[in-house]
Amino acid sequence: MPPVNSNMNRAADMHEDLRNEYDIIGQPTPKKDGALKARGRAEYADDISMPGMLHGKLLRSPHPHAKILHIDTSRAAALPGVRAVITGADFPGIQYGNLPQTRDYLPLAVDVVRYIGEEVAAVAAIDEDTAEEAIELLVVEYEPLPTVFDPEEAMTSGAPLLHSAAPNNISAQTAFQFGDVDEAFSSADHVRADEFDTQPVKQGMLEPHACVGQWESSGKVTLWACKMSPYVVWRQLAMGLGLELADVRIVQTFVGGGFSGGKQEAMPMDFCAVMLSKKTGRPVKLVHTMEEVMIIGHMRHPMKIWLRTGTDKDGRILVQHCKLIANGGAYSSIGGFSMYLAGAMLNIPYRIPNLKFEAYRVYTNNGFCGALRGHTNTQICFARDSQIELIAADLGIDPLEIRHRNSLQPGEETANGFRIGTFAFDECIERVAEISDWRGKRGKLPKYRGIGFGCGSHISGARLMGHSASAADIRMREDGTVQLSTGSTDVGQGADTVLSMIAAEVLGIEVDDVRFAKVDTDQTPVDPGTFGSRVTFFTGNAVKRAAEDARRQLAEIAAEHMEVSPDDLQFRRGEIINRLDNSQRVPLKDIVRRGAFSLGRLVAAHGEYAAGDEMVDFKTGYGNLSPAYNPSACAIEVEIDPETGQVTVVGFWGADDSGFPLNPLAVKGQVIGATVMSMGQALYENLIRIDGEVMNPSFRDYKMPLATDMPKLSSFQHSNVITWEPEGPFGAKEAGQGAGTGVIAAIANAIYDATGVRLTSLPMSPESILRGIRRLQEEEKVLG
Amino acid sequence: MNNLITVSLNVNGVREEVSIRPWRTLLEVLRENLALTGTKRSCGEGQCGACTVLIDGNAVNSCLYLAVEADGKEIQTIEGPVEGDPALEKIQQSFVAKGAIQCGFCTPGMVIATKSLLSENPKPSEDDIRNALVGHLCRCTGYVQIVEAIQDAASQLEHEQGG
Repeated sequence: MPPVNSNMNRAADMHEDLRNEYDIIGQPTPKKDGALKARGRAEYADDISMPGMLHGKLLRSPHPHAKILHIDTSRAAALPGVRAVITGADFPGIQYGNLPQTRDYLPLAVDVVRYIGEEVAAVAAIDEDTAEEAIELLVVEYEPLPTVFDPEEAMTSGAPLLHSAAPNNISAQTAFQFGDVDEAFSSADHVRADEFDTQPVKQGMLEPHACVGQWESSGKVTLWACKMSPYVVWRQLAMGLGLELADVRIVQTFVGGGFSGGKQEAMPMDFCAVMLSKKTGRPVKLVHTMEEVMIIGHMRHPMKIWLRTGTDKDGRILVQHCKLIANGGAYSSIGGFSMYLAGAMLNIPYRIPNLKFEAYRVYTNNGFCGALRGHTNTQICFARDSQIELIAADLGIDPLEIRHRNSLQPGEETANGFRIGTFAFDECIERVAEISDWRGKRGKLPKYRGIGFGCGSHISGARLMGHSASAADIRMREDGTVQLSTGSTDVGQGADTVLSMIAAEVLGIEVDDVRFAKVDTDQTPVDPGTFGSRVTFFTGNAVKRAAEDARRQLAEIAAEHMEVSPDDLQFRRGEIINRLDNSQRVPLKDIVRRGAFSLGRLVAAHGEYAAGDEMVDFKTGYGNLSPAYNPSACAIEVEIDPETGQVTVVGFWGADDSGFPLNPLAVKGQVIGATVMSMGQALYENLIRIDGEVMNPSFRDYKMPLATDMPKLSSFQHSNVITWEPEGPFGAKEAGQGAGTGVIAAIANAIYDATGVRLTSLPMSPESILRGIRRLQEEEKVLG
Repeated sequence: MNNLITVSLNVNGVREEVSIRPWRTLLEVLRENLALTGTKRSCGEGQCGACTVLIDGNAVNSCLYLAVEADGKEIQTIEGPVEGDPALEKIQQSFVAKGAIQCGFCTPGMVIATKSLLSENPKPSEDDIRNALVGHLCRCTGYVQIVEAIQDAASQLEHEQGG
């Protein structure tokens, strides 16, 4: 990593000028597949129809924990129109999963079910109605087992054990410590401890999981599915089926929203689609109903977070101790990493010189948890940025001043080894203060109206234990267009467009001249996929290098033809131009043709990005997780109805340092989307479970934000503090998650400013606000 | 298969006769019998609006509407009439230009809702637009760019019609 200049941020916004240097980069660019989607012509997985295709359905456990004694499939199999019925016994019994140490999934349950909704059997029939009818004819004899739903209870000895390999139901555990924590606490002028609770939140994408599976008689298995990370699915499907990777092919369809979860992994439906195809010799489609989506696992970890912070008298943080217990549900998913990440994210955006972190992810008989936009950073930021305001109030320090005093600066290294490059955190805070009129409003708004501040920070992709690097392939076509292949997916975030913009900028062509391929594991470069805000940064760098490789190859061909040095050639607007003599220019496509037709040189280029060979030691928690970090800040203004406790978000003003925004139109969509998703978690969303049963498995009862819940456009602003990240492609950093991380604390802080009620439990429901207001009123009465 | 009933639908200006079981929803018939998959199946209970189509000009959740009820009615889906629909195309262009489309799964319903709104209220206020979208969920955009797209479409259509 190059040495970091602390002046880096001071040049912020001078980089606005850079927009003029580029033809494509930095221009607001409509999404490449927008027209197709607007006309309803984009083919999603549920839109696929194949000759002879059958329809599958899954039988789910009605018990939170039970032994499967017997499954009688005979009546279902005898129903006219049913072509196959499968159970766990039809699979090889190999457990699969994300992390080697937590492989605990099976395609269908064998012997035991561990949560309500777990997949037990599947059928394929000529249509969905028949498949549904067949599911009702399956008879499963269960023997209920003792259950446990609360993680703290599940950790006690004598609690029912979910997995024999996990004593005390600990599915994952992380502990790390940096610096001298005890000494720092004893020397602190002020120590404050608070407890926070967060709720289960669903991804809430509009497209339910869907797939079509085909098992050819040759043994080749193909799955068409709406996957964010098709190569993860590829490995897991091969693993769980006991097949060679070469025999498995995943074809990505359009993805109707992901936000991690089931679109990140192989799911039981994926295994069942291909197994039912094997049994029937026909392609088989499975589509979850939205009720199934809500009941099965995949959600944000609910957490209890204890946060203890020691500061000096000026509010400078000396030490932090965080302990958390996460209700992991019945299986592991990516949960081991989720725990590490929560502790890692305590290190940004504030300077924490001494840090102790302990996290326990606990198995319970609930739907399982994993990643969701912001991952576990979201919960941590809620706790930390709520507490920092409490500390500021304790010490009589201005809420923005305490943040400035603790803000990480470019060039710093955090206690856990994050190397901070560009990091315009102070500028973000000030930008928000300015556009929100914070100083004019804080403490000056009428009763029941308040404004709160919240901050966060996120990674631009992660260095993981397994696959972290990205690659890109570019093939020039004789019409001057480009075929761009990566293993990263567009899930709506705009990867198709921003990656095409990068290639187009380097090659001097139009964005429309780049054909961006969806992932097909038989064709595209292997890649970790779409998560962790990695695509623009990692894959973007790979695409840039591939395009530079293509440009170099084209320049060689052109130089011979034009009798100039390749170094003097410039690529712009579909032409190759001699920099020294502008009149000497050749259409790019002529050079592609000359290479192919006369020389047999087909321009096929490759680029890769590996973020260096640094590694994180996940045992000690030490190491530089990401090549770049993105700080963000926001202010949110709320109005509370004191009669009902209802919160109206009347204003949002945010700023983040996404480096140089390559496509401002998409960056805006990403930051606002992340913001609104966090508003949903702050105020409305909660997957309510009683004894493991989801009580609100529908969009009617699980409340996500509506258009009418948003502030007016004039009070909904986001601003990019522009820096130039030297490690990013064209100076870019992440944009899709970080901006949402400070939102929940900002709302909590705003509610406090409006009412004096401090809420530490999510969601901040009208009932909890009313209770708080009443309690304050009673306290006032007592005090007279 | 027994229980079949013949229904005559006028979809995007094309007369279609389908033999269906009477409990099939309009959404199922559009997608499965007529291969009009632009209309999306999401929540299946009238909450998300992804399946919205126009029936005799009114925006309707096709997942809650039996196909037999649509017998003889004019249905417009996101695919639009073969001969083209300038207003629909303008709305679609605004959605693309303003960044109102990310994953695109809510988009067909949002576009159809916009067409319905603007045909009744060519100059909607910001609040009118939000209220028109209250039956539509979008998890990607946070709605801001969708509202901006509808404002853009409204002003362009008004400009065109106003000369």
